[in-house]
Amino acid sequence: MKRQWLLLLGMLGMTPKKPQTIPAPVQEIMARKYADKAHFIEEKLRARAEQPVSHKWRNRRWAVLIIINLLFVISFWLDIQMLEGALTGSRFVGFHLIDLNAALQVMLAHKHIIVNLVIGSLTVFVLWVMLGGRSFCSWVCPYHLVSELAEKAHLALVHKKLVSEHEFHRGVRTLCWLLFAALSFLSGYTVFETLSPTGILSRALIYGPGLALAWVVVVVLFEIFYSRRAWCRYVCPIGLTYGVVGALSPTRIVFRVEQCFHEGDCRKVCLVPHVLDITIKGRADAEVMNLGPDCTRCGLCLDACPNGALQFDIKGLSSLL
Amino acid sequence: MNDADAPQIACSAKSSAQSLSRQQQARRAFLRSLALIGGVLGLALSAYVPLLRDRLARLRPPGALNEADFLAACIKCGQCLQVCPVNAIRLGDIDEGFGIGVPYINARAQACDFSCDAIQCILACPTGALTYDKPDFLPVRSGAPLTAPPVLKAKIDDPENTLNLQERMGVARLARPEACLAVQGKGFRGSARGAAFKGKLRYTEVDRWKPIPIHEHPYDVPLCDLCVRTCPVADAIELRPRRGADGVERMTPEVLAACVGCGVCEMICPAEPAAIIIGAQAVWEGAT
Repeated sequence: MKRQWLLLLGMLGMTPKKPQTIPAPVQEIMARKYADKAHFIEEKLRARAEQPVSHKWRNRRWAVLIIINLLFVISFWLDIQMLEGALTGSRFVGFHLIDLNAALQVMLAHKHIIVNLVIGSLTVFVLWVMLGGRSFCSWVCPYHLVSELAEKAHLALVHKKLVSEHEFHRGVRTLCWLLFAALSFLSGYTVFETLSPTGILSRALIYGPGLALAWVVVVVLFEIFYSRRAWCRYVCPIGLTYGVVGALSPTRIVFRVEQCFHEGDCRKVCLVPHVLDITIKGRADAEVMNLGPDCTRCGLCLDACPNGALQFDIKGLSSLL
Repeated sequence: MNDADAPQIACSAKSSAQSLSRQQQARRAFLRSLALIGGVLGLALSAYVPLLRDRLARLRPPGALNEADFLAACIKCGQCLQVCPVNAIRLGDIDEGFGIGVPYINARAQACDFSCDAIQCILACPTGALTYDKPDFLPVRSGAPLTAPPVLKAKIDDPENTLNLQERMGVARLARPEACLAVQGKGFRGSARGAAFKGKLRYTEVDRWKPIPIHEHPYDVPLCDLCVRTCPVADAIELRPRRGADGVERMTPEVLAACVGCGVCEMICPAEPAAIIIGAQAVWEGAT
């Protein structure tokens, strides 16, 4: 329970801390791993050789993301009425689906809640509790894909030392969430929606481009030239909303310290590297640990890990199988 | 990072250049973070500007709440747009501030002609921003409620021939009487808005269910009464003799209390620009 609490605080901006005590079984694992240095290195090289870095999960995820967004587009353009609306609110073969952050804004701004809004929000709530909360970000949000491409450009520029990386405090996102919620309530307008690249991109895809895309371009340029994945990491309240939803989700990524070589490839590709703090040597304090609610379940770390130390896991189900 | 150009930080002799630099880094990251919050919120609040500038009020789809409530309740999903059979609904762009993604109608380009009968956009709205029944606690502007449910001409012989609409979207008014063909005593021949106009309208005599492009339905009338004959609502507009300033009596379109403000008269008006226009979000202020 304490671990869950720390993970939640970690999502809100707290820097992960070293565990004070390492339980005996984990100590044993670490001792065993490093007992024979030569063997450890040999294993490491063997793992690298046998399982080169793949793009399995990234490709699956991109396919899902594109298909979902295309479904919105073709539902309208071909009038097949499968997934009507946009990401903020839609109907899947007639069932209401309402984005939780958009619903929250409307409820706070309008201060009146109608049944369809509740039904749509509840459906989406249950859906993302099952699917892992922030998996919305990496598997559905169209801005995530754009941002991933911007990230590639940014990292290339950083690598060539043409731009330098600027980090912000992760607590900024928590503050943004609170401020946007307060602003919705006080002003009576859905303030965040004006800037939301998720909503803007979704509508642009479905209903055609507009001036609002210029704002998305500004955000992308900021990420390319100034700060890696800045919007998703430090600003977007949608991510935090879904993070809280997925806090107790059975769909998660788990880390098995026994298989880890502590090389840190996973942390390099991660949108939220603080969730992978436990992969640093000496930070894991259980044999199997889940990455916590801020993890977007994007699977990039699975692709990067040469030894399968990180795996998708469905609580309860995986142990049955 | 250059230590010299940073403000002096009091520190003990023990702290090395390394830790000072780290302190500086932390300080800069903190200031950067503040700037990011300020920047994002500042930009978000700049969305107030279009509202403060008191832009031209938009014509909202039927059943819309009062403007401020409408902007608050709308979830910006465009489902109303998707169900409209004549594609009358468009979504606001970022230059409309908080009106981004919010539906509006440009009546001159494509008015709402109620060819869906049931007001599909209201049915589609998931948040009650468009609604058949306005909640009791929300304010009602004087002159906005329709005194009786509007009778749809297309359904006039049906047992249930009214629209489920309690408030008007706006009110039509003859803004440029001098341009009105009826006032000039002229007839009209040809397609109302030219061959290139893409707007659609349901003509019950052509097809009860399917709206057709207006240019496919030319007119030939001795005295122009296009606004009256295309008005989808019964008894909302009439041509009546009216004495002008010069004392001469001329047939003039007169908007009546049943006007819901759908905008079909503005769309069909052959004068350029239209002689009759919709006052968006306007209320009924009595016969003029």
